[in-house]
Amino acid sequence: MALMDSLIHLLLLVAFAPLANGIITKVKNNLRLRQGPGILQPYRNLIKLFGKEEIIPESSSWIFRITPFIVFATSVTMVLLLGSGFGRVGDLLVVIFVLALGRFFQALAALDAGSSFGGMGASREMFVSSFVEPAACLIIFALYLSPGVAWSVSHFLAGLALLLVLLAETSRLPVDNQETHLELTMIHEAMLLDYSGPSLALIEWSVYIKQFFWLCLLAGIICPLACPTLIGLWPFVAGLLVLLFVIAFIEVGIAKYRLFKVPDFIIFGVILALLAVVSALLGV
Amino acid sequence: MNLLINFKSLVVLDPLGLFFLAVIFLVSLPALIYSLGYFKGKFTRTKLLATQLITLAFVASMLLLVIVGNALVFLIIWELMTLLSYLLVLTDDENEAAISAASTYIVMTHCGTAFLTAALFLIYRQAGSFDLPAMAAACQTMSPLLRNWLFVFFLVGFGTKAGIVPLHIWLPSAHPQAPSHISSLMSGVMIKTALYGLIRFVFMVLGISSLWWGMTVLFLAVISCLVGVIYALMESDLKKLLAYCSVENMGVILMGIGLSMIFTCLGLASLAALALIAGLYHLINHAIFKGLLFFCAGSVQKGTGTLDMEKLGGLIKKMPWTAAFFLVGAMGISALPPLNGFVSEWLTLQAFFSGVLKVPGLLALGLVLGAVALALTSGLAAACFVKAFGITFLALPRGQGAEQAKEAPASMLFAMFLLAAGVVGLGLLAVPVFNLLAGVAQPICGTSLQVADLFSLSLQPNSRFAIAPLFILLVLGGGLLSAAAAYYVFGRGKFRLGRTWDCGYYKIDSRNEYTATAFSKPFRISFSFFLLPFRKTERRKDSFYHVSSFVHETHTTKIFKKYLYDKALDSLYRGTKVFKRIQAGSIHLYIAYVLVTLVVLLLLVRIF
Repeated sequence: MALMDSLIHLLLLVAFAPLANGIITKVKNNLRLRQGPGILQPYRNLIKLFGKEEIIPESSSWIFRITPFIVFATSVTMVLLLGSGFGRVGDLLVVIFVLALGRFFQALAALDAGSSFGGMGASREMFVSSFVEPAACLIIFALYLSPGVAWSVSHFLAGLALLLVLLAETSRLPVDNQETHLELTMIHEAMLLDYSGPSLALIEWSVYIKQFFWLCLLAGIICPLACPTLIGLWPFVAGLLVLLFVIAFIEVGIAKYRLFKVPDFIIFGVILALLAVVSALLGV
Repeated sequence: MNLLINFKSLVVLDPLGLFFLAVIFLVSLPALIYSLGYFKGKFTRTKLLATQLITLAFVASMLLLVIVGNALVFLIIWELMTLLSYLLVLTDDENEAAISAASTYIVMTHCGTAFLTAALFLIYRQAGSFDLPAMAAACQTMSPLLRNWLFVFFLVGFGTKAGIVPLHIWLPSAHPQAPSHISSLMSGVMIKTALYGLIRFVFMVLGISSLWWGMTVLFLAVISCLVGVIYALMESDLKKLLAYCSVENMGVILMGIGLSMIFTCLGLASLAALALIAGLYHLINHAIFKGLLFFCAGSVQKGTGTLDMEKLGGLIKKMPWTAAFFLVGAMGISALPPLNGFVSEWLTLQAFFSGVLKVPGLLALGLVLGAVALALTSGLAAACFVKAFGITFLALPRGQGAEQAKEAPASMLFAMFLLAAGVVGLGLLAVPVFNLLAGVAQPICGTSLQVADLFSLSLQPNSRFAIAPLFILLVLGGGLLSAAAAYYVFGRGKFRLGRTWDCGYYKIDSRNEYTATAFSKPFRISFSFFLLPFRKTERRKDSFYHVSSFVHETHTTKIFKKYLYDKALDSLYRGTKVFKRIQAGSIHLYIAYVLVTLVVLLLLVRIF
């Protein structure tokens, strides 16, 4: 039964993950007084990419071929490890290591194509993520220390830290910018430059799933729910929507940081998470 | 008068010793197989024979070290091990760098041995015997001050050999100089014997009596982790990178040991056992993947003639097996599931977080910070090995050596295969290995911990899969299947080979690739307060108006060497100038000095 539960959640998450991205993009465009593509655009993109022919760089090796599969598998694993409830803190410490597995191969594949863009992206991605990892660890620990529905200072701080981690992990402003392909600013996109067709679709999809994972975790902190029945689900979905709007507002409102300012941004997150742990230990 | 060496208790086989015996065997046997291929066509017959004999003696000395029950014999074997490894450092190459590295090594380890000798003789004075149980009994009655000093002596003595910061500077220069399987033995096993000594003498002989001991070890461990991994990131020499990474991993192991000391002191026996198990788990893991990685580095060196990553690249096509084994080792050391490094780092994190719940006040905050350091280290280590594998093995070759690379002979590949199997096995068989290690920790911590206990200790009491990489592998496999299904069901699976995106200009070649130095640049800038990078750009002009080429030079400052060791050596040399005056070169004078010294010593003995 638990297995069925997990699988149903997995399917829901995997299916709805691209929608979150569509909503954020739509809100961002509307905030800028543009119409923008519809919220189903990520699905259209995926379908189109899956139908395309793929071009594989001559200089690359089997690492380049298998990476999309591994990245997708790690995203799915993350979701499964989240446990049977949305936002419940399952085996989250393991999730950090699983995330690292996908990132490791993504960076290797970027180097494999042999262009400087890939190398640049790989180097920057590993740079940013090595600061994100401690923050994520602490947040999970803080969440573990103060479980349950009750609102607390610790929850608030952990949530705030998690928002910063989310922005960094999903390559959003001010850490990275999904909308541009300028070599000076690219991090995540630079690693994907030589992917095309179904492989690119797999990677894009797993990025959506990863993003949705963090969103659900954060929404779970805002609106914790013990069992995701249909009625109990609504506050959670509402929280999720609020979060999507918040992220869109943040992205429209601020500019990208210089790469060497990014650690400052994430270390701020680490400190928030540290305070969350301390306040949880103090019981507030 | 009792004998210095009691033959009845000369050999002691307890779980701790057996564990280290297993670790030594697990790396030494593949190393011996590896050496068959590695030495082929390298040396003359005589030199080959001599080297192999010294290697065997070296392995034998390590094996003996962990089973002797007598401190004096321990010291003698310890010294023997140092001397043999010193000879081995010098076998591959007798250039200036090798000689200087070997000299640093032998001088520093001897300073460490001096501290050990002092500590053991201090205990002997009380115990009247070199038998470990007698020494342990004597330690219980010592004054706290003396015990504190003894702890410091042991820490400095074993810490030098273990390469903890700031006593590490010999390690990254000596280990890479040796032949690759010797590097494996030194980095994988020899430095672990120092941890054996630390556990044997501090936990089991001295007995942990103060909280600050554990805190000091933990602090040094954190520093070692971060310093080691940051230096490793900066290296573009494959073997030096691995050697610095050993400093980092010794830090991770010492985290477990330090935590265990803290918990023991606070009377938290099961947590102490958990932390010790985490440390020992990482110890055996590191022995295996570091051995494997050094083997692969040796294979790269043999196949291409260089270890400079800036001249390598594209080896995955020329040396597919070496590349695959290196990837396994790199994944293990980067703590990626479901391989072995993941299990031990996860256990160490568990030990940290479980400890935070039990220890009082500020110490809890310290443990949280320790966990942060561990997470940061593991992130940086992953970056380091993306660089090591990506630059060395992927994309296009950057030099002639890499273009004409040849795969290693079968004996070397077989040795690598054995250790790679170990990396996978120790990951997937986490539960049985945990139980075995619990047996090792039991006599030390006085409590037997089972995996079942781990579930109640760990952060997620109800999750039965927490320590099961097998389960993660299963889920990952499911994920892979679903990815493949999506790929082939939705996509048409058509592909063709094409050029890497070159912005529409020209076909890119190896000169467009990112280099190892460039890869580590964000880290170099971000940690510039510690690395003090230095950069020089020189313009080469062929006329007053035209610059024909640029020469860039960049390196980092090794602050421990520059501000600690070089300063100390400087003042030592200045100090010895004073004594130069009494060195007139007359043999009569020297004989007089000897006589005076003798008389003074005799008087001292009489007085005390």
